[in-house]
Amino acid sequence: MKRISPIEIYNLLPGTNCGECKESSCMAFATKLLNREANISLCAPIEKPEYKPKKEKLIEILSPPIKEVTIGTGEGAVAIGGKVVMYRHDLTFHNPTAFAIDVHDEMPEEALIDRIKFVQNFKVERIGKVLKLNLIAVRSVSNDPKKFANTIDIVLKNSNFPLILCSFDPTVLEAGLKLSSERRPLIYAATKENWEQVAGLAKKYKCPVAVFVPNNLDLLTSIASWLKERGVEDLVLDPGTLILGASLADTLDNFVMLRRAAIERGDKRIGYPLLGVPAVVGLIIQDPVETPLREATIAAILMNRYADALILHTTEIWALLGLMTIRQDIYSDPRIPSKVQPGVYTYGQPDERSPVLVTSNFALTYYTVVGDIESAKLNCHLLVLDTEGLSVETSVAGRKFTAEKLADLIKTSGIEKKVKHKKLIIPGFAARLKGDIEDATGWEIMVGPRDSSEIPSYLTKHWSS
Amino acid sequence: MKKDLAELLKLLKDVDSLELEKVRIEAEELELDLSSPAVQTILTELPKVVPKLVEQKFQFPVESYLGQVAEVQLGAARAEGGTRGKIVKVGGDKAPPFYRFDSTIVNRPVIAFDVFDTPQPQFPKVLKEEWKDVWEDPAAWAKKAVERYEADLITIHLISADPLIKDTAPKEAAKTVEKVLQAVDVPIVIGGCGAPEKDPFVLEAAAEVAQGERCLLASATLDSDYKRVAQAALKYNHVVLSFTSMDINNQKELNRYLLKEGLPPTSIIMDPTTGALGYGLDYTLSLMERIKLSALRGEKELQMPISSGTTNAYGARESWKKRDEWGPREYRGPLWEIVTGLTATLAGANMLMMLHPTAVRILKEIIDSLTTTEGYGPLIENWIAQIR
Ligand code: B12
Ligand code: SF4
Repeated sequence: MKRISPIEIYNLLPGTNCGECKESSCMAFATKLLNREANISLCAPIEKPEYKPKKEKLIEILSPPIKEVTIGTGEGAVAIGGKVVMYRHDLTFHNPTAFAIDVHDEMPEEALIDRIKFVQNFKVERIGKVLKLNLIAVRSVSNDPKKFANTIDIVLKNSNFPLILCSFDPTVLEAGLKLSSERRPLIYAATKENWEQVAGLAKKYKCPVAVFVPNNLDLLTSIASWLKERGVEDLVLDPGTLILGASLADTLDNFVMLRRAAIERGDKRIGYPLLGVPAVVGLIIQDPVETPLREATIAAILMNRYADALILHTTEIWALLGLMTIRQDIYSDPRIPSKVQPGVYTYGQPDERSPVLVTSNFALTYYTVVGDIESAKLNCHLLVLDTEGLSVETSVAGRKFTAEKLADLIKTSGIEKKVKHKKLIIPGFAARLKGDIEDATGWEIMVGPRDSSEIPSYLTKHWSS
Repeated sequence: MKKDLAELLKLLKDVDSLELEKVRIEAEELELDLSSPAVQTILTELPKVVPKLVEQKFQFPVESYLGQVAEVQLGAARAEGGTRGKIVKVGGDKAPPFYRFDSTIVNRPVIAFDVFDTPQPQFPKVLKEEWKDVWEDPAAWAKKAVERYEADLITIHLISADPLIKDTAPKEAAKTVEKVLQAVDVPIVIGGCGAPEKDPFVLEAAAEVAQGERCLLASATLDSDYKRVAQAALKYNHVVLSFTSMDINNQKELNRYLLKEGLPPTSIIMDPTTGALGYGLDYTLSLMERIKLSALRGEKELQMPISSGTTNAYGARESWKKRDEWGPREYRGPLWEIVTGLTATLAGANMLMMLHPTAVRILKEIIDSLTTTEGYGPLIENWIAQIR
């Protein structure tokens, strides 16, 4: 399928350039729509009856080939899918892979509550963003509707996370749905045996459904189509997470082919988000280190190959940290580096003798440095230079971190009024600019360490106030 | 509904039999003129036409590609003028990485272990523990990597030549290459010290002592005398690593220059820079994908295999720093290396340069799985109840 052009979109807009959408022209708005940076609802004039056919056409061509499916309601709701491209260099990926952690209905209550609390509270801060887990997958191990309902009840009381209800038995699923349908859980799963009953549940309780057919794309396509014919539209596909030998290659093939068929060939039958289950690693390998390491590896592979949601078993922090980081990497915008506002920032209670440091305005750099300053509870001033969002090392090499810019920043930031000294600590990677900066600013330049985590010990050694 | 039926009846006037597939009649009240014999038949048969769901076929979205990545041989056997017991072939890609449905996989990605000619006390703890016993002796280091950990290749980094380290003379530094070549029989990558003014001389001297072995000379760069490196490779039968920093245009430019020097595409590998997980891997991922897709589309200047300096993963503080909120660092290190290398191979890297044996072991197994057609695991149909 070829990608739509801004002109095609433009032709469906009113074309009056009225500016109500806050864009300078319909063309500008068309570009925003194409890049998914704006929503059609911002164009009020298109609501007029005469534009109705155009609006409908517009909605159709803009609807992503991978349906967006929402699990949960309200604030904690998680949207998955909604994908439009195969490669992130074509368009930033939206809706980061959602991470679910599993619990089951034969866990002792205390352990269950501990685990729920862990999932609910786990967070990592990176680059100014708080990264979290997203869902709780409740498995029925007992296959007993009462036990399952009881577990769901405990989960609902202890967490506001959206749920995935996991059982192949419609009676068990219904026991869970009765309690939780208002939170719009994902029903896992419709299979070749139970799909008709599960379709009934999905309609009755108005919840999305995952279709599980391991390694058989014909059957997966069939069941997804049948569910759609029965009026169940919010689907998620699990083509199976097989991990041993050539099965892993099959798994990868399945994920890629499903995505490619939907996006590049316009196959609507399977245009749904994909779900992987790295948790299955624990069925094959049992070891306190090897299992999470491999589970994280499988999860990372699937994230690189289009998984929109994952059910995980590990709660090892180090494994989750790695997964949250790769998720952030894949879902960042490859075209525009994220930046922070340049200027002067203060930490702790600095006075006129406190140290002055300088760094770049690349978000990753800034938050890394600030993290180090804050965790050591330093009192200092930090100049943030506009390096066009490049890291220190990159911007020094790319001539975006220059003595002239720094001289300018010193003047305009007012730092000269805040401190009584003229000593500036520069990053180790900027060492070769020392002379230039001294000439341009008249300040005494101290070359700091290469890694900002060493700033505290550097100051202890070299800064006497 | 009424209107539709009327139309249907009109159409059926001259028909005497008809088969219906995928039909469901939903109506509150049916009012029909049943005079047409055809309709009579349909109606009597209707109750039997239970809505039948047709089995569907998934349409396999297979692609074909105009271009192919060059296949590069590293290492040369005796008959070819070298002394290697093992040779390695990289690249040759006819489709995006591991897309078995598009085309067969020509060569599996390979893994080189990094070895340094100088002890590495600044290594993160996980690496120190692993290599400390051999880091005084690069030949022993290489042997351990090959014999214990099944390295496909060894990279010997001649960092002692760095003017800021020991400033070893090129001829002197090259002696280590000889020792490593004698210690192991896998192909060798020869790494310089990183000083652009000196590396071409170091690589030239090393190329000479390794004559005929088809080593990979790492690296030619835009800011150094790449011509000298290219000529040394031509003269002594080696391959050149074309190294640029995160810029597809620079990569094309340097590759073009190297081709102009007379190196065939089968004697060039490129390294567009690997950023660590969380510290530039996002750029690497898209860069490698773009390079590979361009190559497959027919872009000649990018049709070389890709190498990844996966060890850069240790540039991320999460991989080495002691911090309780992040969990034990001895697991973070290998994981960081695994995810960095994995993402690079999935994006197109044909060769990974790595350091931690656990990371190498797991990545090798993954690569094995993704390139084999043998040994199937279970479908894991009942995972819901089985996981404990
Ligand atoms: C991602 C990346 C890019 C991205 C840019 C991403 C970005 N927004 O910055 C892109 C692709 C755009 C890029 C481009 C280039 N890059 Co680049 N890039 C990298 C890479 C992989 C990671 C950089 C990174 O994110 N680091 C993490 C951040 C947090 O590091 P940092 O900002 O330096 O901060 C640390 C320290 O400086 C210190 N610190 C920071 N502030 C302060 C303050 C004080 C007071 C102190 C004491 C310490 C301190 O602590 C921080 C944490 O450790 C590195 C290689 C590597 N290091 O892994 C190469 C690298 C930096 N790039 C390099 C080069 C050469 C370039 C280019 C010039 C190449 C070209 N195209 O010509 C361009 C320049 C771009 C331009 N337009 O000018 C080289 C630099 C070589 C050198 N030292 O001279 C590197 C090292 C790669 C290499 N090995 O060749 N690059
Ligand atoms: S509001 Fe609609 S009509 Fe007006 S400029 Fe924007 S896109 Fe055009």
